Amino acid sequence: MVEMTPEQIEKLKAVGRMQKDKLLQMGKDFTANNEKYDATIFTCNATSCHSGGGQNVYEALKQALETAGLSERVRLVATGCMGLCAAGPMTRIEIKGRKPFLYKEMTPDVAHLIVEQHIKPLLGHPEMELKLAPHLQEKELSMDLPFFTKQRRVVLKHLGSSDPEDLGEYVANGGYQALIKCLFEMTPEQVLDEIKKSGLRGRGGGGFPTGKKWELLAKAPLVDGEKFIICNGDEGDPGAYMDSCILGGGSHAVLEGMLIAAYATGATSGWFYVRAEYPLALERVELAIKQAKKAGILGKNIFGTDFSFMAELRIGAGAFVCGEETALMMSLEGNKGTPRPRPPYPTEKGLFQKPTIINNVETWANVPQIILNGADWFASVGTETSKGTKVFALTGKVKHSGLVEVPMGTTVKEMVEDVGGGTSTGKPFKAVQTGGPSGGVIPAKELNLPLCYEELKKIGSMMGSGGMIVMDESDSMVEIAKFYLGFTVDESCGKCAPCRLGGYQMLKLLTKIADGKGTHADLEKIKEIGSAMQKGSLCGLGQTSPNPVLSTIKYFPEEYEALLQDKDEKKGC
Amino acid sequence: MNEENKAKVDAIIRKWSGKRGALIMALHELQGQFGYVPWEEALYLGQELGIPMAKIYECLTFYNYFKVKAPGKYVISVCDGTACHIKGGASLIEELEKELGVPAGATTDDGLFYVQVVRCLGCCGLAPVMVINGVTYGKLTTDKIKSIINEWRAKEGN
Repeated sequence: MVEMTPEQIEKLKAVGRMQKDKLLQMGKDFTANNEKYDATIFTCNATSCHSGGGQNVYEALKQALETAGLSERVRLVATGCMGLCAAGPMTRIEIKGRKPFLYKEMTPDVAHLIVEQHIKPLLGHPEMELKLAPHLQEKELSMDLPFFTKQRRVVLKHLGSSDPEDLGEYVANGGYQALIKCLFEMTPEQVLDEIKKSGLRGRGGGGFPTGKKWELLAKAPLVDGEKFIICNGDEGDPGAYMDSCILGGGSHAVLEGMLIAAYATGATSGWFYVRAEYPLALERVELAIKQAKKAGILGKNIFGTDFSFMAELRIGAGAFVCGEETALMMSLEGNKGTPRPRPPYPTEKGLFQKPTIINNVETWANVPQIILNGADWFASVGTETSKGTKVFALTGKVKHSGLVEVPMGTTVKEMVEDVGGGTSTGKPFKAVQTGGPSGGVIPAKELNLPLCYEELKKIGSMMGSGGMIVMDESDSMVEIAKFYLGFTVDESCGKCAPCRLGGYQMLKLLTKIADGKGTHADLEKIKEIGSAMQKGSLCGLGQTSPNPVLSTIKYFPEEYEALLQDKDEKKGC
Repeated sequence: MNEENKAKVDAIIRKWSGKRGALIMALHELQGQFGYVPWEEALYLGQELGIPMAKIYECLTFYNYFKVKAPGKYVISVCDGTACHIKGGASLIEELEKELGVPAGATTDDGLFYVQVVRCLGCCGLAPVMVINGVTYGKLTTDKIKSIINEWRAKEGN
């Protein structure tokens, strides 16, 4: 590339300074324009609600507003995830001067009725009492449910109340102001210190301190003028969709987090690696990059400073192992995604052999909030060692299944009984599984366990990326273990023997037991293989894949015992 | 490979030529164009991008997302992620296999339906879930399978 003359650089910077003012103006314009409306309808169009007919609801609302002649007075927004996916599609009505009102299980017919019977009569009549006909009343979802009140939404804060495709709205909600604060008021060292002080740890599962990771990259020298940061959006855990919703709800927060990290560490470009199975998330990442480029948030001499950064999107192709950082980098390089041994760590030799850090989607989304509100604010929530909030996909046999964000340290009981509203089947709660195929079960007797990195590890599970599956009395733990192990055996890349062979043999033995043909010796063998896999596997997939099996054996031995052929014989005889 | 297809592949080659780590993205685009990754087209792409045949085959077979055979007209994705699994996802697969007479991963003889088992479609709140050509069926039970398939069959007018 041709070197630019000082004059050219100065010209570029002048453009950048203007772009910064223009961006902030976009936010102001949005706010001013928004003031004009008398009411707003937020209707959820995240993946779950969209699949449940959310798009049709949106179209119906739009049509109804037009028919009623209210399009100018009522703003209609298709939002990101509102949270309570099981009651979707959801729609929230916010009329100026009134309490927000939430509707569940929306249909196009109900959409028309809402405009006619709820919104139209109330507009311009602040004194009028809301009286709903029974067929609308039964669609109300109380916003006082513990599902909503027990949450603390930081990362998900604006997801259900903004247009994911509107950059102006993102800026109006404080977006890119953390980046501006970093670029104009803080040195890279100060940014780094702030992240370190906040105690933020990786939300992808491992829980490595984010600030420490960034520091390693900051210290690493550029190689051929490059250092990289990666956003890991390869959310392969079956039954978890947090990252999908965060990206789908507007990817600017994640991009802003990456930009801040780049400023703090000296990284030159960033890569989004997102699952192919998430079309909405992919679309939104692509749009965010496009908008950011146009607004001068990505490129050379951003906002007239000496800071330059570019970002690109790369699409995963359905390999669970690519969530592991070294395998992910192999895939980004255009290879099959098999992990490589560490050391060297990615901060020494990462993507294309250059220093690299990888953080999960949720981790990135936390970063702008920490900069805006301060490390102390962030650290005031959570436990001693696990700070901030955590997003969970609360699913399975739970009444209020959905996407939730709670302070770290919230107990399993609060999650299942309060937020989740208990089991959906009415049968007694038996266990929750966290960490997906890498995690383990938390039995009902551990209800008071606080959800944080250390405690979960202690009982043989892990935080994981945030999948939380609730199981009731009717679920067989042996079957669950078999399901997860079947998954990891299927997804093992085959590179190292402990995972490739160990997993296969373990599954064979487990199937034998599940079929009622196993013995105590088989059970012992499973434990032995599991322990060898934990110690000997090359990457996280193999090291953690025995967890669902070992933890169910630990907490529900009687279920295994009941299936054994020699169940009446004393062990070891 | 006919001229029309060659032109499609050429466009992909132009887009990704000289870019780092382009193979997976180029294969995605091939699949986007043809519905699967046709071997002849993939080979031509490899030659032009300087990627050996073995590596292309390796990637195509390593990643679940790539299809090397043309799928049926209607692609049925049944979710067997954890949330769907514990709510009966596996029984949906059995029912579909029974109804269509082919195992998961195969296309029916008339070329109409291709059944694939997927891991999480990101709408666990609706579990168990099945998607046919972009249309989602949530909170599904086995007794609904037959009529849903018949609706799609009816589109063919038989």
